[in-house]
Amino acid sequence: MRLNKIFKNTLLVLAACLVLSACATKKEVATDIQGQMQGDVYTGTDTVEYLADGVPDRVFFATNESILTTASRETLRAQAAWLRKNPNINVVLEGHADERGTREYNLALGERRANAAKDYLMTYGISSDRITVLSYGKERPVDSGSNPLAWSKNRRSVTVKAN
Amino acid sequence: MTKKILILLFIFIPIKANALIEVDITRGNLNPLPLAVSPLSIDEESRKGFEKILKKENIGSEISNIVENNLRTSGLFNPLDKKAFLQAPDIANLKPRFEDWNLIKAQALITGKVNYIDDKLRVEFRLWDVLAAKEMMALAFTTVPNNWRRVGHIISDKVYERLTGEKGYFDTRIIYVSEEGPKTQRIKKLAIMDQDGANNKFLTLGNELVLTPRFNPASQMVTYLSYFKNMPRVYLLDIETGTQEVVGDFPGMTFAPRFSPDGKKIIMSFAKDGKSDIYTMDLENRIVEKITNHPSIDTSPSYSPDGKYITFNSDRSGYQQIYVMKNDGSDVKRISFGNGLYGTPVWSPRGDLIAFTKLHKGKFYIGVMRTDGSGERLLTENYYQEAPSWSPNGRVLIFYRETKTNSKGEGFSAKLWSIDLTGYNERQIKTPTDASDPSWSSLLSN
Repeated sequence: MRLNKIFKNTLLVLAACLVLSACATKKEVATDIQGQMQGDVYTGTDTVEYLADGVPDRVFFATNESILTTASRETLRAQAAWLRKNPNINVVLEGHADERGTREYNLALGERRANAAKDYLMTYGISSDRITVLSYGKERPVDSGSNPLAWSKNRRSVTVKAN
Repeated sequence: MTKKILILLFIFIPIKANALIEVDITRGNLNPLPLAVSPLSIDEESRKGFEKILKKENIGSEISNIVENNLRTSGLFNPLDKKAFLQAPDIANLKPRFEDWNLIKAQALITGKVNYIDDKLRVEFRLWDVLAAKEMMALAFTTVPNNWRRVGHIISDKVYERLTGEKGYFDTRIIYVSEEGPKTQRIKKLAIMDQDGANNKFLTLGNELVLTPRFNPASQMVTYLSYFKNMPRVYLLDIETGTQEVVGDFPGMTFAPRFSPDGKKIIMSFAKDGKSDIYTMDLENRIVEKITNHPSIDTSPSYSPDGKYITFNSDRSGYQQIYVMKNDGSDVKRISFGNGLYGTPVWSPRGDLIAFTKLHKGKFYIGVMRTDGSGERLLTENYYQEAPSWSPNGRVLIFYRETKTNSKGEGFSAKLWSIDLTGYNERQIKTPTDASDPSWSSLLSN
């Protein structure tokens, strides 16, 4: 009887521990990723640099994808407007992939991502003569961590001034 | 850079059939064959001669150590401890006392002799069947002293071939990418070494990013990807002369190069407008042919050993999968249908299998399947590994493996590993720096 009670109490304590630790993990993840990812596309500003005031230099992609998100299109429209105002500036679009893929496929994927950005800039009036595409595959991560947030920062196309 | 190597086959005693010893290399070998590698005997005068030129106290023992190490790492043989040997090397080479070798449970015995004659290294060796008490093979080589490591590898190949019935893979080299520095700014250089990790040399300085070097199966040429002048292009490198040239004149990134089995063509991907297609270029007449034409990514092409088929990686189904087509691009068939993503297909030099990398539920696997996609077998699972390359006899795969990096950027490493086709005998190949993208050469001597 007594033994049974001890056993029950132990179980309760155990259960409480489980709940607590679950909460702890959940909270940690929440503060880490909150406001920085949507789906698995990076939405934070940690690594973003600016070509000019209000003109972010990069857009982010979902795993294995090269589709531009609403936020990415907004960034690229700002870049196109800035490029139209600065007709002497040419750009290199550097396409990147995260580390969770084979090297050769990632080179192709980086090229595809940078081209998605290029196509969008072209529809907003930027001549293809002003744009060079350069894929780095997974060779140049900005965040070296092996976690979903780091990977999301690395799946990107960065617009860099060429001159 | 490396001198052409002349090895004279001096004596050749034909091999007798029906020996008792046979090593089955088709199954995982959990009971490697116990054998004794008696140090090659050497007279005092020869020993002093080699000590002077090669700075090795006893070149006979050094060569035996190479043989012993090769046979051990193959996983098929268990070289016994020399301390247990009862017979002196010189006497054993004349006529082994088989009872003595039997006593220490050796089933095969390697003996030999080294001589310094006319500034040359002369090595003879014999392979004995201990249980049958007879000689299985006797060979002698004469070469320049600097080739002493290669002599060890050639003896290993001869022994391997005699005991398994298949060609060895020890007198070979590995070209790979040496890696240093932080993950976000990795310095990468082409490097080459003997199959056992010796004679490591860097072929580029690290000024530009280099990736995916591959040997020409027919010569000492290498094709690889370089970001020279920030333009990723496929290059050719002659490792004897050090001359380099860009392959073809493409208006964009070329990558994922490999040679055709006869070494006369390069097959690679060319990326343009978000599409990657497969092209070949004939190295003699420089004619370029487009092999695939699809809006998807087509990459990582690899020829079958007869040159009639090509396996490649494509995401035309929506995700990375493995395909096979005829060498003119016709008759494209998807062959990978398991769960997960498949990449880096490489056709076995034996023709029967395709090795690949598979990504499934956050794990990476190296595996093999038949050329029609049946019989998929996963050999090894890890956090990250890819890019298998076959040993020239199609029995061993070399690949690279990366470890996780924590949030402080610590813990990352990239290393070369090898594993038998059976899934046994996984080993790390030591390199002076981190390493990736290994490619195995053909046998240097035949």
